[in-house]
Amino acid sequence: MPLLEVQNLRAYFHTRNGVVRAVDGVSFSVEKGETLGIVGESGSGKSVTCYSLMGLIPKPPGRIESGIARFDGADLLAMSEAELNKIRGKRIAMIFQDPMTSLNPYLRIEEQLIEPLLIHENLPRAEAVKRAIRALEEVGVPDAARRIRSHPQEFSGGMRQRVMIAMALITQPDLLIADEPTTALDVTVQAQILDLIARLQRERGMAVIWVSHDLGVVAGFCRRVLVMYAGRVVESGRVEDIFARPLHPYNRALQRSIPALQGKGAELYTIPGLPPDVSKPLAACAFAGRCEFAQDACKTGEVALKEIEPGHASACVRVQRGDPFQF
Amino acid sequence: MFRFIAIRLLQTIPVLLIVATVTFFMVRLAPGGPFSAEKKIPAEILKHLEAYYGLNKPLLDQYTDYMSRLVRGDLGPSFKYENRTVNEVIASAFPVSLELGFWSLLVALALGIPAGVIAARHPNTATDHVPMGLAMAGICLPTFVLGPLLILVFALMAGWFNPMGWDSPRDRVLPALVLGAHFAAYVARLTRSGMLEILSQDFIRTARAKGADSARILFRHALRGGLLPTVSFLGPATAGLLTGSFVIETIFQIPGLGRYFVMAAFNRDYTLVLGTVLFYATLIILLNLLVDIVQVWLNPKLRFE
Ligand SMILES: Nc1ncnc2c1ncn2[C@@H]1O[C@H](COP(=O)(O)OP(=O)(O)O)[C@@H](O)[C@H]1O
Ligand code: SF4
Ligand SMILES: [Mg+2]
Repeated sequence: MPLLEVQNLRAYFHTRNGVVRAVDGVSFSVEKGETLGIVGESGSGKSVTCYSLMGLIPKPPGRIESGIARFDGADLLAMSEAELNKIRGKRIAMIFQDPMTSLNPYLRIEEQLIEPLLIHENLPRAEAVKRAIRALEEVGVPDAARRIRSHPQEFSGGMRQRVMIAMALITQPDLLIADEPTTALDVTVQAQILDLIARLQRERGMAVIWVSHDLGVVAGFCRRVLVMYAGRVVESGRVEDIFARPLHPYNRALQRSIPALQGKGAELYTIPGLPPDVSKPLAACAFAGRCEFAQDACKTGEVALKEIEPGHASACVRVQRGDPFQF
Repeated sequence: MFRFIAIRLLQTIPVLLIVATVTFFMVRLAPGGPFSAEKKIPAEILKHLEAYYGLNKPLLDQYTDYMSRLVRGDLGPSFKYENRTVNEVIASAFPVSLELGFWSLLVALALGIPAGVIAARHPNTATDHVPMGLAMAGICLPTFVLGPLLILVFALMAGWFNPMGWDSPRDRVLPALVLGAHFAAYVARLTRSGMLEILSQDFIRTARAKGADSARILFRHALRGGLLPTVSFLGPATAGLLTGSFVIETIFQIPGLGRYFVMAAFNRDYTLVLGTVLFYATLIILLNLLVDIVQVWLNPKLRFE
């Protein structure tokens, strides 16, 4: 049984300007200890997918329209706040994109770090502080015993993200959801944080959902990848397969826009056009408006993710039909 | 911090000198004098009185006399209360106003903060609209309407309280309620908007992701930042409570400084008016300084700026 199994998740925002279908029928699963990557352009619904699992989307305007997210047997989407609070921060932890705003500026680091322990493990304060100092040392914050007394403003972005990681992992969760944790950081710091999470994952054997808009980052870190577009999964599979045999024109286009994968001097590719507005009705294939292979058949009817080869699925109508065309 | 306090204290001196000068000449602009109000005083006696208080000297001399006493902290004799200096009048009347202000502030915070917090928990629902509607009513209803209304209902009809006076502890209830209710309304609105602002921040989402329940989110993570607007309002509020007590003290016949001030203005009691104005000015400046200090303490963000 997978650790987490998500089926047909739909999360919509009912705004004044219409219904934003931020996540529209997403299914995937995560095994114990596995790393799953979620990639897609900004606005493709990656964060809303994560927030939905954690019960963090603002309601209103957000609403879970359908879906099941079975975590260790229980459906996260059907839980009350009180039930969720037993799992959040204890068995599933999350780190966020912007370390500058994700820590409470009014509270000392210490206060925030020990909180999961006070909430979930009922530890006496003194002991919790000891554990927190150890957790800070483990993520490479120098002089942890002293710096734990400071406020977040006294830390750099990279150091704050280390604090966030220490805080997320302090209760030894089974699953870490990392929503673009390196996007807001300098390139060198990005690599350090990536290495840190990779190391901690190896040591603890926890599962990780790693969200990124950068297929390159996901490639080095994840075993399996979901490619998201306009709130849907358009391709999923093992990282090697995703790169070796792309089965969706959007995935192919994403790869052509990774600088490191292109030959020196080759002009960098950017996907023409913009992602569609998900509050408007979409063509059956949401990518049709930007796809160079689009046909009329792509725009009508139903499009669902289908396995094309073992463990490798695509939502491209033409690929599913077996049309002989070259990306 | 020490430097900051010292500078702010030094800044008050010129401010007070300006206030003293402006007020000195303004009260003299008003028609009439301290001894013109009542029935005719014989010319002979009037002359003596004016000589005694220095009122026969040129205005500029009176001004320099006043200022030279002022810098020594002497606010001069009252024109109306014989044998009493302004310092003595303030010393006896201000504690009454202070007590009234204290209870009113307590009412304002005890009603306003919970109302604001409750309203912010579920914005745009009944638990938001009801307290905020009441707050709006509290702001719109002037104290000189609410005061007599409460006297009518709770003192004259129900008979639970004395309609006026300031003797038993019970006499504190109605005036503090009337004065406090008005400010409770502001406190509630400020607390609500402060809390809403904080509750929409990213770090609240982080706290929820840690499994914090709504009580912990509210009190541990949001309240401190959410109360900042309320704290900055405390300075003006306290000043408002003390000056607002002019009306309340008159309605409820409370022997506080506000009532003395109102009467002093009618009586052209120049020195008492001046002294009271200066006293309030000093008080307000010090209060604002205190609020600034509390704010820095509450908001670690400011400490690094
Ligand atoms: N609170 C919200 N209200 C309305 N729309 C939202 C809200 N949060 C996200 N969305 C919309 O949901 C879509 C997906 O957003 P998001 O999941 O943040 O994208 P990603 O993380 O992939 O960049 C976007 O179109 C975004 O505008
Ligand atoms: S379904 Fe059609 S439009 Fe969509 S990706 Fe495939 S070829 Fe392109
Ligand atoms: Mg995002």
